[in-house]
Amino acid sequence: MADSLIDPGNLVYKRTDVLNDRIMHYCPGCGHGTAHRMLAEAIDELGIQSETIGVAPVGCSVLAYYYLNVDMSEAAHGRAPAVATGIKRVFPEKYVFTYQGDGDLAAIGTAETIHACNRGENILIVFINNGIYGMTGGQMAPTTLEGMKSSTSPRGRDISSMGNPLKMTELVAQLPGTYFVTRHSVHTPANVRKTKRALKKALEYQKLNKGTCFVEIVANCPSGWKMTPVQSNKWMEQNMFPFYPLGDIKVPE
Amino acid sequence: MKGNEAMAEAAIRAGCDAYFGYPITPQSEIIEYLMHENPAERTGMVVLQAESEIAAINMVYGAAGCGKRAMTTSSSPGISLKQEGLSYIAGAELPCLIVNVVRGGPGLGTIQPSQSDYFQAVKGGGHGDYKLIVLAPATVQESVDYVKLGFDLAFKYRNPVMILSDGIIGQMMEKVELFEQQPLLTEEFEWATVGKKPGRSSVFVTSLQLKPEEQENVNHRLQAKYREIEKHEVRYESFLCDDAEYLLTAFGSCARITKKAQEIAREKGYKVGLLRPQTLYPFPTVAFNKLAGQMKGILTVEMNAGQMVEDVRLAVNGQTRVEHFGRFGGMIPDPEEIFQAFEQKIIGG
Repeated sequence: MADSLIDPGNLVYKRTDVLNDRIMHYCPGCGHGTAHRMLAEAIDELGIQSETIGVAPVGCSVLAYYYLNVDMSEAAHGRAPAVATGIKRVFPEKYVFTYQGDGDLAAIGTAETIHACNRGENILIVFINNGIYGMTGGQMAPTTLEGMKSSTSPRGRDISSMGNPLKMTELVAQLPGTYFVTRHSVHTPANVRKTKRALKKALEYQKLNKGTCFVEIVANCPSGWKMTPVQSNKWMEQNMFPFYPLGDIKVPE
Repeated sequence: MKGNEAMAEAAIRAGCDAYFGYPITPQSEIIEYLMHENPAERTGMVVLQAESEIAAINMVYGAAGCGKRAMTTSSSPGISLKQEGLSYIAGAELPCLIVNVVRGGPGLGTIQPSQSDYFQAVKGGGHGDYKLIVLAPATVQESVDYVKLGFDLAFKYRNPVMILSDGIIGQMMEKVELFEQQPLLTEEFEWATVGKKPGRSSVFVTSLQLKPEEQENVNHRLQAKYREIEKHEVRYESFLCDDAEYLLTAFGSCARITKKAQEIAREKGYKVGLLRPQTLYPFPTVAFNKLAGQMKGILTVEMNAGQMVEDVRLAVNGQTRVEHFGRFGGMIPDPEEIFQAFEQKIIGG
């Protein structure tokens, strides 16, 4: 519709074709929508839409394939890196990515994540970390911070009985198979731009066959955290970033 | 050739694009043979040792979703781990080949041969209403032939196919005739994730439906497919059934031993036939139902505590008595004890 109202000559910005215009199911203020868009724009700007195959997880982004206009496979919970391995091994020339949340990647899929990274599968793993199981209603995740309340840690995460929050990104950075490991956020325009640059770089690196690229995006979960979007972003800055500091963790030499 | 190695060679020759596996006795020779043969150079086939059975079946899911001939092999405890992936593969309607070289259970069980995974193989195995096509080889030759047949059926119906072998057939050596090398698939299937081409909408491989109405439709479609499979793909062998008054039935390696027992029974003057299902799903229900009328009794012989016997009883539907004789936990029956069981349970029973 916009095309008929606006003189195409005056257009300075439009939605990328790699993201379709279906109404997303994500909660208002959630970071997934922006993260999807940055990934879609990165694919678009690199001109690799027809050569890209994605893998969706189980969790809030289980329907990522419904929004991203690339061929995609829906994986069982936690198994996306194994599914992506199967795809990449039969199509080594394609660009393959997974898009996974913290429950999917850092709990049930820990083995698949570590071993895909350790083999140095030439894939991009996009890791959305909001410290909670969003889809199932706000239960404690492996990444839930100490003292953070959730429906299964109603008095706050108690380290002595519930264990420690897991820094998956620092962990995979230790593995020789990873090539580029970085942590970002999508809660301000500046951070959004940095995230897109990182995703683009990570996709470009796939051509080099140097190993796994791992991009964590620390995100808010207003519904799960029981906060307004603005409050949740502030809470994320004050509580998540000190424990999950933004920036590159492993960069190519 | 050894059964396991022959199946590995058959996989290369069948034009398999990708094998993902994890070592487990008694089938580790399959991945060992493949790694040794280095089929990447022979045909371009991918062979990868995964970190777990779970990862292996999900790698199969990924490769199968690309429209490639993908397979994995394992033995009973490992096959249990693959059930989640199998359910997803069946739900997403992807073709692939799974080999189960069965060992005794439950639990870690034993590494000796068994047929105790019959229920798991033919009744679905994972969650949800689905079926695998299940082929039961009795010889190394059939193990080889079923690799090719398995891939053909998998792609014909876009359905996972399982070869239900066991530790006997996997480990024994027999003469075998290998088929010619088949080319790798070059076709780009419209249901496969190959990269979104301009002018077509994106493909997604999924077993997820949010609306129950849509999920019911998926189930209707699957059931219609299973009815087609039941109509066209039943395979079995029968020996001396025309004049038979009694029927022995067994599948896989156990059928070979049972055939010896049939010979003993014939020598003793009993008119005994033998029916050997080669497909366990679809089951030769009609064949059993037709033969049942002329039989004074049927004995199923299995290396389990009584599994296929249930399907035989359903097929026979009360027309005659159906009894079971089994050795299990890795024990193998000998022809003489099968004959004795026949005399006790069928003649004397």
